[in-house]
Amino acid sequence: MPADARILVIGAGNEYRSDDAVGLVVARRLRQLSLGNVTVIEASGEGTDLMESWKGADRVIIVDAASSGAKPGTIHRIDARAQRIPTGLLRYSTHAFSVGEAVELARTMNRLPSRMVIYGIEGERFDEGTVLSRAVQESVDTVVDLVLKQLRTAAPC
Amino acid sequence: MKSRTINVDYLARVEGEGAIHVKVKGNKVTDVQLKIFEPPRFFEAFLRGRNFTEAPDITARICGICPIAYQMSAVHAMEDALGVKVEGQLRALRRLIYCGEWIESHALHVYMLHAPDFLGYQDAIQMAKDYPKEVKRALELKKIGNELVTLLGGREIHPINVKVGGFYKVPTKHQLVSLVEHLKWARDAAVETTRLVGTFRFPKFEQDYEFVSLRHPDEYPFNEGHIASNKGLDIPIRDYENHFFEEHMPYSSTLHSLHKERGSYFVGPLARYNVNFDRLSPLAQEAARSAGLASECRNPFKSIIVRSVEMVYACDEALRIIDEYEMPEKPAVEVKPHASRGCGCTEAPRGSLYHRYRIDDSGSILDAKIVPPTAQNQRTIESDLREFVSKNLRLTQEKLTWQCEQAVRNYDPCISCSTHSLKLTIERE
Repeated sequence: MPADARILVIGAGNEYRSDDAVGLVVARRLRQLSLGNVTVIEASGEGTDLMESWKGADRVIIVDAASSGAKPGTIHRIDARAQRIPTGLLRYSTHAFSVGEAVELARTMNRLPSRMVIYGIEGERFDEGTVLSRAVQESVDTVVDLVLKQLRTAAPC
Repeated sequence: MKSRTINVDYLARVEGEGAIHVKVKGNKVTDVQLKIFEPPRFFEAFLRGRNFTEAPDITARICGICPIAYQMSAVHAMEDALGVKVEGQLRALRRLIYCGEWIESHALHVYMLHAPDFLGYQDAIQMAKDYPKEVKRALELKKIGNELVTLLGGREIHPINVKVGGFYKVPTKHQLVSLVEHLKWARDAAVETTRLVGTFRFPKFEQDYEFVSLRHPDEYPFNEGHIASNKGLDIPIRDYENHFFEEHMPYSSTLHSLHKERGSYFVGPLARYNVNFDRLSPLAQEAARSAGLASECRNPFKSIIVRSVEMVYACDEALRIIDEYEMPEKPAVEVKPHASRGCGCTEAPRGSLYHRYRIDDSGSILDAKIVPPTAQNQRTIESDLREFVSKNLRLTQEKLTWQCEQAVRNYDPCISCSTHSLKLTIERE
């Protein structure tokens, strides 16, 4: 990876919707670590804004809440260049035109960054609230480590 | 008696989550229930005890798509409570930031959420394969709306520059002028959008709606005016709760907002258009006429044309405001709290958004009430579905379901103001 490559980590979610906020929580943790040439941003998860935000980035990592029916706290990893986003996996992003749709629309329009990995953390509850459920909270450290490991590898993102 | 059941588990392309249940017995619709959960209730509780200055930023977080609307209704309500008038260029800047929000919200809805229904695609991703130019236009339009919101709001998501009394910081003339070329492009693109959506085929469907919107003596409404309707309603914002009430529906945690005498009503672009056609700019009126719209329109499916017309207007109005802009000396007027009660109503992209607050002498919020547009449209959405399904029972299951989803999307229901995705069930017994 060239030294001037633009590396972006996006935490998506809504902080007033319980586990939907987990992407934001991970982004805030990463930001505290001062990751040098890595830009960390928080996003509502609205798809077209996301597409705009990763314009010009070479490597993108997205962290979002997932809702696939798996056990709460389960971490899903998707290499977006290699596979499609399973329908419904990230539907609990804040908006209907959300992370999954943005990635697929970008694929159709040739606007995907050269490397993109998505971490989806299975949520338990998405009703109003400002606290993560226990299982999701317990996955935060793991996801932060996974993102850091990902950033250290020069291998496909 | 012949009976059928239609089940649709998931209604995509509607902000948030909720559920719609339509029950059909023989050739009669026996029940329609729209169930959405109400996050404003959570925020109303959350606001209690917070300082009055925090209301705009806290309520802006209710919705990622229309934070400006929440900020505007909050600041106007607080200013009403405290007897503060924000005028001149500060007032104009508030209209300008609202233009940005309408452009981005309408561009998203028209192209990415509603157009696929009319063009026969499952979603915008499928549509983009055959309509790449149009999808690019949508993304560009949305980006230009974002630019306006970001410049005036301080940042694009959850803007932080709006305050009771004005702004924390105001832009220079130079900063605003730098947006002019983009806005001119956007205005042309919005005219082109209106032309395109005017060619769509619309289901024949009309009801005798009561269209409710702000109406201002000189302007197409964003922030100020009376609450007016096509059925003779004309009241100051302060009287809102004397004319409208909220009814709790046993099948959901939702409150339906109703007119005390006439029941259901309709807010949003189609309502604004019907109440305020004469206040649109000449270019926006011309765009509407070229797309085949008269000055009144009762077909909710045509709201996609009206959203496009409003995009033309928002670009036109933004350019006018920028042209006349002179940087004000102070970014805000001074505001001091005292025990009081105030109301604000502004026109969110999806319709009238009402806020009411009571604060004490120290400025602490004692109670808050927020009535989002989607809560006001719920009964009308139910009534549309009831009528629409009754008249179209001959359609195949698949087609009827599709058109019901489309009928719900006519209202661009922002259920993320409420909650996540929407489930639609049509049950035929």
